[in-house]
Amino acid sequence: MGVEKKRFLNQAEAEGLNQVVPTDFPGKVIPGGNGGNFVITTLDSVINWGRSNSLWPLYFGTSCCAIEMMQTGAPKHDFSRFGFEVARPSARQADLIIIAGTIVNKMGPVLRRLYDQMAEPKYVIAMGACAISGGPFYYNSYSVIKGADHVIPVDVYVPGCPPRPEALLEGMIMLQKKIQTENMKTKQNPIDGFDEGL
Amino acid sequence: MTNTLKDRFKTEEYFVNMGPQHPAAHGVLRLILTIDGEIIKNVEPDLGYIHRSIEKMCERDSYQQIVHLTDRMDYLSSNINNEAVCLAVENGLELEVSDRVKVIRTIIDELTRLASHCLWWGVMGMDLGALTTYFYAFRDREMINDIFEETCGARLTMNYNVPGGLMFDIHPNFVKRTKDFIAHFKTKIPEYDRLLTGNIIFENRTKGVGILTREDAIAYGVSGPVARGSGFSSDVRKHQPYSAYDRVDFKEILFTEGDTYARYKVRIAEMWESMSIIEQLIDNIPEGDIQAPTKAVIKLPKGEFYQRVETARGELGVYINSTGTKNPYRVKFRSPGFSNLSVLNHISKGGKIADLVAIMASFDFVIPDIDR
Repeated sequence: MGVEKKRFLNQAEAEGLNQVVPTDFPGKVIPGGNGGNFVITTLDSVINWGRSNSLWPLYFGTSCCAIEMMQTGAPKHDFSRFGFEVARPSARQADLIIIAGTIVNKMGPVLRRLYDQMAEPKYVIAMGACAISGGPFYYNSYSVIKGADHVIPVDVYVPGCPPRPEALLEGMIMLQKKIQTENMKTKQNPIDGFDEGL
Repeated sequence: MTNTLKDRFKTEEYFVNMGPQHPAAHGVLRLILTIDGEIIKNVEPDLGYIHRSIEKMCERDSYQQIVHLTDRMDYLSSNINNEAVCLAVENGLELEVSDRVKVIRTIIDELTRLASHCLWWGVMGMDLGALTTYFYAFRDREMINDIFEETCGARLTMNYNVPGGLMFDIHPNFVKRTKDFIAHFKTKIPEYDRLLTGNIIFENRTKGVGILTREDAIAYGVSGPVARGSGFSSDVRKHQPYSAYDRVDFKEILFTEGDTYARYKVRIAEMWESMSIIEQLIDNIPEGDIQAPTKAVIKLPKGEFYQRVETARGELGVYINSTGTKNPYRVKFRSPGFSNLSVLNHISKGGKIADLVAIMASFDFVIPDIDR
């Protein structure tokens, strides 16, 4: 992991991207911004526009947050305004996992398998305290994984127990903004080297 | 080997996993189906995909801290779960809460039940291919969430009860908004009926499907609307009234057919009863303290305490074994979903896979309630 991170940061520095990364940052940094030429940047903007506005989420509701996720798709909040309306039951048709709920030890391998089944590019939103850190089940629990990012890489964290539908919408819009800064020159697959950090 | 037509087209039994990630499983229930063609031979539920060790965690927490764990159990009837723990602790302390607390608890219980049945109705339609119900039900459910939000700040996991009363008083708008909601919802249930109850496709999918007899319901320990759809009178609100249920007049809904359609009708009728209970109480909420005085560290006397309540899914039992310290020695929840799940194999054998989806929708499982 250490070697991997060093190589990666050097590459980012060489491209003149001003990434301020603390030296003890545990994760992997994927640089944003465009470092490509005219053709690549133009194509990037078109591709990112398409990708960010038609994200199909996988319904991965394990517990309470699932109800608020359903409520986000329901009339008052309605995430289809932002292109999320086609919620898929199958991982193979989805671009985005919304982890809505606690991940326990028995569910961890299932979540990883679902993530591996998804076609790239794929994104993950950790919704609620349980998916971020174990939440109310952090202390004294023998069966809860303390955060979904122990299993798969997470793009956006939405705090709350459960988060309000507006908070989930905010997280989804943040993910769209993140996708809009991607470029094909420096795009990395977040799962590469992920397991070495475990 | 004979070469008859039946033998040539003979099918083999095979296994299919339904879940743990399945849109009709209402969560992360995994069913291992043994099927022959499309006929179900055996259903074996595999639990534990959302086992969060709540009972074990309760042994380390104080009695006030247990309450917030229970609304993550059956999150659709969160206030009723909180109340169950609070009532058990109050029994142990021999603490009498004021009438105001009892009435407010009952009103919020019934609002929770309405919200839960509302969601069930939307999801049942969705499971059977009628997506419109989902949008109708969630539109109305949002009004209840707004009332909860104004009352206690949370929309779903409310944590409004504390041992000895309520965390704080109701909002001044509570009565008006609840009345507005009841008036609104009374015009909506006939709409639900027109949309789904009398629908010929829906009737064909549910009538005569998954018949549970009264004897089997008693033998398997089934409770709640599932048992009442089979004619088994099991409403704890009627048989062992708690809070303010002894001062309201309501019917226990009983249907004797025992099929999926009967369970559907029970829940629709229960929505009317819930609204009637709220209407009887909302106009005369008595004055009084909202919290009985308790010590900062609650210590239950040595012994065993048990409290039953009726959640939206059935009978929830809270068993607390205390050794006289500030933590319980053992806490056990008798959750309605677990007992109701045990009868699934019995009634879905011999049916089709599509029938299993209808049966599961009518059981209204909440998986964290089963796994805890």
